[in-house]
Amino acid sequence: MLSHFIQDPIYLAAAQALIAGGLAVVMLIIASFYGIHLEKEIIVALVRGLIQVVAVGSILLFIFDGPTVLGFVILAGMMALAAKTAEKRAGDLPGAFKITFWGIFIGAGSVIILMTLAGVIDTKLTALIPIGSMIIANSMNSVGLALDRFKGEVESHVGHIETALALGADAKTAVKPYTQAAIKASLIPRIDSLRSLGIVWIPGVMTGMLLGGSQPVEAALYQFVIMAMILTISGLASLVSALLMANEIFTPAEQLALRR
Amino acid sequence: MHHDHHPSQPKIRTENLSRVADGKVIVKDVNLTVDEGEVLMIVGPSGSGKSSLLRLINRLDEPTDGVVYLDGVDYRTFPPLELRRRVGMMMQTAFLFPETVADNIRFGPRQRGIELTDDEVENLLARVGLSGFANREVSRLSGGEAQRVALARVLANDPEVILLDEPTSALDQEAKEAVEGVLQEVIREECLTCIWVTHDLQQALRMADRVGLMEAGRLVRLGAPEEVLHA
Repeated sequence: MLSHFIQDPIYLAAAQALIAGGLAVVMLIIASFYGIHLEKEIIVALVRGLIQVVAVGSILLFIFDGPTVLGFVILAGMMALAAKTAEKRAGDLPGAFKITFWGIFIGAGSVIILMTLAGVIDTKLTALIPIGSMIIANSMNSVGLALDRFKGEVESHVGHIETALALGADAKTAVKPYTQAAIKASLIPRIDSLRSLGIVWIPGVMTGMLLGGSQPVEAALYQFVIMAMILTISGLASLVSALLMANEIFTPAEQLALRR
Repeated sequence: MHHDHHPSQPKIRTENLSRVADGKVIVKDVNLTVDEGEVLMIVGPSGSGKSSLLRLINRLDEPTDGVVYLDGVDYRTFPPLELRRRVGMMMQTAFLFPETVADNIRFGPRQRGIELTDDEVENLLARVGLSGFANREVSRLSGGEAQRVALARVLANDPEVILLDEPTSALDQEAKEAVEGVLQEVIREECLTCIWVTHDLQQALRMADRVGLMEAGRLVRLGAPEEVLHA
């Protein structure tokens, strides 16, 4: 309907964004009737999200044909920002940024490089950056989930951990059940989304490819590729960060150094 | 019976043992000795640093000042894991691992690559009056049974010293008597050196060779039970 009135694709997209944003504002008004006051947060998030994503779009426009290495530089910057975001989930745990950064860097970075070398991800920046960012975002979520859970588990099992230490266990052994629980907790949403793939939802990449005119089977297979990669990086990222974190909360003399 | 050492040497000696955490003095200049096979009971109001003192002796916490000598040797020269094998600890709550009783008993030796046989597990359980409990899930134990499993788990490490942090204070009267009886037997049989924190003065009178009184992080009195408790 909109396309009857607006021919220019940029103006058309802007009009679509306006309608989607307007809908969110309607939701906001309804919510405020129920005493849910998130006006400021939601408006800020909407405006911020719009500016950020348009900025990225504009950058992509300029570096459309840039060298692959530029893509990796941009992705490295994204990883640092993702680590900063995930750090907040770790609360007051010591050394949190270092841990989230290495979790994301090793988890997402290794998969991005491997998949690019294998030709699964195109080296063109218009493919590398969006797919890379998707991988980074997912590793960020996994690291956040793993650390959140790890912190909770450790805080509620201080007695068990210190009992294990008092019985002559090393720090790694004493905290192992809680590291395992944290990694498991971070993987469950990934496993669930892979399990429901195509039945409950048709996710972004496939949707985008279909809208772009790709063959449905091709789009479906590529979506599976993405989901499998996300599962891998989530596992790697949460594993690395949970193990680093387990290391961080003990002193060299195998003492639990967590504030209680 | 475990290790040869000079007979006149105290088993445990602390020298100006202190801990400050977050700017707060928790333990201050504690000097005490415990001879081999002796039971030293520590009493004092809550928050006086009794438990904190115990945690310094097996190095669960790091002293900010002072040192502990085990058989006359600075305890920092031992790897912490070996120190804690030799200086066992039992807490107010059993903190059993969510497995079977036998798995819990095997935990300590397993850390050193030793797998206890079924007979060895059964013997340890018999010593705490829990014969036949090996395959029970710990979630089905009563509070007193759990504490006795915790004791057997410490004994499995064949410790020379045992630190007891109010091991009976969370139990009802009947379970408390049972656990206290088992502890008394085990300590005498094994000739264990024991530092036992309690808030129960009657228990201190019953069990102690000597009593120490703590106040505001300091050991303010140390001597014969009647002397300290009736002063």
